[in-house]
Amino acid sequence: MSARTGPDPSGASRDVAFRPNWTARAGWALLALYALYAATQLGFEPERLASGLGHGRQFLARMFPPNFSRWELIQSGIAESLQIAVIATVIGIAVALPIGFLAARNLMPPWVTWPMRALIALCRSFHPIIVAILFVKAIGFGALAGVMALIVASVGFIAKLFAEAIEEISLKQVEAVRATGAGFLSTLIMGVQPQVLPRFIGFATYQLDSNLRNSTMVGIVGGGGIGATLFTAYQRFDYDVVLAILIVIVTLIMVAEIVSGWARRVFQ
Amino acid sequence: MSAAASAAPTPRRWQRFTPLKRLARLAFTLFAVAAFVASLRTIEVIPEFLYDAPDQLADLFGRMWPMDLGYVGPTLRALVETLHIATLGTLIAIGIAVPIGLLAARNVTSSLALNLLAKFVFVTSRSVNSLVWALLFVAVFGPGPLAGTLAIALRSVGFTGKLFAEALEEANRGSIEALQAAGAGRLSTLLLGYWPQVKPAFWSIALFRWDINIRESAVLGLVGAGGIGVALDTALNLLYWDQVAVVLAAIFGVVILAEIVVTQLRSRTL
Repeated sequence: MSARTGPDPSGASRDVAFRPNWTARAGWALLALYALYAATQLGFEPERLASGLGHGRQFLARMFPPNFSRWELIQSGIAESLQIAVIATVIGIAVALPIGFLAARNLMPPWVTWPMRALIALCRSFHPIIVAILFVKAIGFGALAGVMALIVASVGFIAKLFAEAIEEISLKQVEAVRATGAGFLSTLIMGVQPQVLPRFIGFATYQLDSNLRNSTMVGIVGGGGIGATLFTAYQRFDYDVVLAILIVIVTLIMVAEIVSGWARRVFQ
Repeated sequence: MSAAASAAPTPRRWQRFTPLKRLARLAFTLFAVAAFVASLRTIEVIPEFLYDAPDQLADLFGRMWPMDLGYVGPTLRALVETLHIATLGTLIAIGIAVPIGLLAARNVTSSLALNLLAKFVFVTSRSVNSLVWALLFVAVFGPGPLAGTLAIALRSVGFTGKLFAEALEEANRGSIEALQAAGAGRLSTLLLGYWPQVKPAFWSIALFRWDINIRESAVLGLVGAGGIGVALDTALNLLYWDQVAVVLAAIFGVVILAEIVVTQLRSRTL
């Protein structure tokens, strides 16, 4: 190796090929120290973890076997979750498209994009469950509150990505379409739409998956869907019913992921 | 137009997609429309609730203002706890996800059974919502931030691990083969061959997940798993809307702050 400098082959003066990076090591040590500190702050105590293991065993014992005897209830809850997810995704996309378009900085002036970007940031910063709480208080218990909450979440996500997708398009095609004498709408449909459609399908299906996950949860705060059934079963310590519901939810989400994978391939 | 041009063979029709693809696209579109219509027709919604929703929302915001500034103290304390939950949860998740990610990457671990097992762990972790993880851990460890941290950690394992394994699989073989040819052991190959290549992806994944976890850990308190959600839940149950407004403002602030930090770190280190 050319790194060898001295004539002494014993290795005393040999250069190391990979120098230790002391700043990186110090960084890792700091992270480890922080983790220890945070763990003491958050109640990570050995005896608590140990007793938790005992509780965990009991808990698992009460979960198995899963109890599907309330199948009717689970079925109607799941159906409502699906309805919430589908409606919220469609309406959310319909609302998000114009907002995302107005937020695209290459097509719109700054005085339009800034308020739109602020609106998107506001929609994105709250977890759907928190938004659901507000809507439950405002419009009462039920599926409608869940739908509204997930519409807000969808707008935040889709509008942001849609604006980014539009900002990345090639303006040459838009110009070419415009040069043929096309009006505003035709330019949108023939110049912009083909460039963003595949990515649009990508995040629309992703949002459907995400809405489905959250629509199974908004019920915990009264937003309709299977979450209410899940939370009631949990509070009544019917852990075998909880497991049954979880199995159904996980299966549903996996099936939805497979279907949206197909959709993405078809519209590629 | 000359006569020669008009005598040319019939113009070909250009189509962008094969008939099968067109059929599939049509089927998916129809399926989506049918699902939407069916959902709209069967969902149980009381339309009267929708009509007075604007009034109710206005009433809600009226109660929220002015904010109860006395609640700022407890809120900030809960906010610090939320930050700890999100950060420690992310660190634990990375600690679990890296070894499993090594097992999941096909170019690092050559056993198909282990690859599939690791991927199964990731799918399980991702399919269960963090609120559900929190419910489970509250039942096991009792209410408090311990349950919340573990919930955040286990929920994040799937996400970080999957992306980490994908980054590993994209690593360039060349430098790894060079190390192996020089007689490097497994650990040296990992540390000196793979790590420098996946380092940018690793930090980007960790930051991305941390950002998500700050949002997620804000709701865990609703099921008793600690953090600012507890403050929110207390204020909600007592109908102190002016305190709810303080908590919401705090969450909004910290989420925006986290996003700025992440963007800055990303542009500086990557």
